[in-house]
Amino acid sequence: MSILPMTIKRHQYPRIIIALLAMSLIIAACGNSTTATTSSNTPTTITFWSWVPNVQAEVTLYEKAHPNVHVNVVNAGQGAAQYTKLTTALKAGQGAPDVVQIEYPYLPQFILSGKLADLSQYGANSVKDQFVPWTWSQASQNGKVYAIPQDSGPMGFIYRNDLLAKYNLPIPQTWDQFAQEAKTFHQDDPSASLTQFSANDPNWFFSLLWQAGSQPFQVSGTTVTLHIDDAAALKVADYWGNLINSKAITVGTDFTNDWYTALSNGTYASWVTAAWGPGFLSGVAKNTSGKWRAAQMPQWTAGASASANWGGSTDAVTTQSKNPQAATDFAIWLNTNKEATAAFVQQQSLFPTTTATLSDPVITNATSTFFGGQQVNKLYGQTSAQINTSFQWSPFTDYVYSQWINDFGKAINGSTSYEQAMHKLQTDVTSYATSQGFTVK
Amino acid sequence: MQRSLTPSNVPRPPSRSAQKTTFLHLKRASTPYLFILPFYLLFICFIIVPLFYAGSISLYADRLVGGTVFVGLQNYTQVLHDANFWSGIQHMLLLGVIQIPVMLGLALLFALLMNTGTTALRSLFRLGFFLPYAIPSVVAALIWGYLYGPSFGLFTQIFHLLHLPALNLLAPQWVLTSIGNIITWQYTGYNMIIIYAALQSISPELIESAQVDGATGLRIALLIKIPLVMPALLLTGIFSIIGTLQLFNEPQILSTLAPTVIGDHYTPSLYAYNAAFSNQQFNYSAAISFMLALVAFICSAIFMFIASRRRNTNE
Repeated sequence: MSILPMTIKRHQYPRIIIALLAMSLIIAACGNSTTATTSSNTPTTITFWSWVPNVQAEVTLYEKAHPNVHVNVVNAGQGAAQYTKLTTALKAGQGAPDVVQIEYPYLPQFILSGKLADLSQYGANSVKDQFVPWTWSQASQNGKVYAIPQDSGPMGFIYRNDLLAKYNLPIPQTWDQFAQEAKTFHQDDPSASLTQFSANDPNWFFSLLWQAGSQPFQVSGTTVTLHIDDAAALKVADYWGNLINSKAITVGTDFTNDWYTALSNGTYASWVTAAWGPGFLSGVAKNTSGKWRAAQMPQWTAGASASANWGGSTDAVTTQSKNPQAATDFAIWLNTNKEATAAFVQQQSLFPTTTATLSDPVITNATSTFFGGQQVNKLYGQTSAQINTSFQWSPFTDYVYSQWINDFGKAINGSTSYEQAMHKLQTDVTSYATSQGFTVK
Repeated sequence: MQRSLTPSNVPRPPSRSAQKTTFLHLKRASTPYLFILPFYLLFICFIIVPLFYAGSISLYADRLVGGTVFVGLQNYTQVLHDANFWSGIQHMLLLGVIQIPVMLGLALLFALLMNTGTTALRSLFRLGFFLPYAIPSVVAALIWGYLYGPSFGLFTQIFHLLHLPALNLLAPQWVLTSIGNIITWQYTGYNMIIIYAALQSISPELIESAQVDGATGLRIALLIKIPLVMPALLLTGIFSIIGTLQLFNEPQILSTLAPTVIGDHYTPSLYAYNAAFSNQQFNYSAAISFMLALVAFICSAIFMFIASRRRNTNE
């Protein structure tokens, strides 16, 4: 055998350079993984997914108080858009953040996936008593805590004072009154309507079911009881179906450009919405500032005072986090610290979940220019106490919601009745739950 | 190569120069493979491996309760009986039957016009027709979504200006036409370029001899040019069929504006996407994707069969 020459020929230089480059890239990529730390004295970086506008302000407060921790804030989309990414990252085993914002209806499915860390081992139960009880119970199961409540969304009724006064319409106290006023309003002004039925917002619709006393889901471990078409739900579906069919209100989509424009130019005179609604409106419908007022939700029975919750989120820690203690500390601080929670209320108009903030006179007595000087926080504080606390969410909210859009959409298009839509939803969800291994009662 | 003084039928160990030749020979023979290696690496990484992954997970069912279970072809039989899947296929076939001939007809017309028209504005028209293809289809769907907006979209505003009752272009009976409009606008230019290139390759002598025989422009186009660009038309036809069956971007973007019309299963691709990311049914989603591929394969095969039969009867 011949001995190969040991000197490197010039024509081999490019190959060697490419090999060296490739090796250095691989080493750089491998060396980028974060190292796990448990001590809070070593610099720690945690990633926080949140869509709260300008949450960096509160995060900066935290970083000032904890110089060794850097929080990387990422807006991965709002609601469903973020959950898609979160589900994918959790399934892939990498890419999920340390702390993530999750709304109450979606907590059960993430808890069931086993990918949320149990925060009770990191000291979460020490702050349990600071929170409104129903928010804590929706974020925990059997003594294990899976998320820290951030904000909630007690529902009320906000309306354009000037438009209702123009047609001499009083504030509707009951849903019957609301329906009549909707018809009168549309007759007086055919180009506008009292409100919009948002066909793309099942979250809102299920909150209406919540207010009516419906109990669509009851979950106990892997046994679910489904009554999506119970009497209260059918009542709500029929009510809105009749209102849509009478053409007194328009069917549309919320949180789209069309809808923002409509709210700005007075095409819609009211919005059945949660406590974060006003803050949101002041951003998209600035020119209507001062013309809105807030009141209690219309009731099913005269003189009652039932409310529901729409929206609001918690902050959870994923099992992919390499710094679960630091992540838990951050989540707890963000949602219990006096300065941070006050900032959430005053700057982002989030409705607080800590009893201390709820009873803080600075918060409750604050007046809102958007609402012509009304003390909206006080009103929403009152409605918050009227929320039925026994309502539960299913562990497959995504599926229920996308099916609702399909089934209710068919009813809106006239192919089925609204009651049939709810029955079909019940059937679809039952077969889905069975196929996923749940015991369905 | 050095001449050897030993008889050629005696086997001898390879000399140093023969080794070098084998090495050079190998190097020369392997060079083309090294050139196509980068493509094949990426192809295997991003097409073949995911294909096998999807194929393997389609044989399982990952339940929220109870974990992963081997179910064989159960997912596929479920897709076969799934009304949502078949209604999606139906929508796409309906769309394709009308939109593809319209789009290819327009592409052919524009290509012929450019081929025989004046040279002055040719580059301008070529750029103009092709420009919509350069716009990312998500951006295009967003723009058209605004235009189609039922309350404040541009078309609605025009209707109001003309005192006509506003047509809801996203209503169930119009939404397929609206989507077809977006696709036609976007891809006519692309198909036109392909057909135009085929037209350019027609020998000018053929055209000249036809003109000498007294044929006018229209007859030349119909009887000479179109038959000669048939292969290009077949190519664009197959691409369009496969593309239409896999339609995703436009319905996905428009579903936020018209959720009651475009639910979660308006097209099979949309159904597969929502099954995976909304309903957590990744295995079922994989089965839907393979069934869609099968339907696309069958449609393409039928199209090719019809095309080749027509070609055979013409010759």
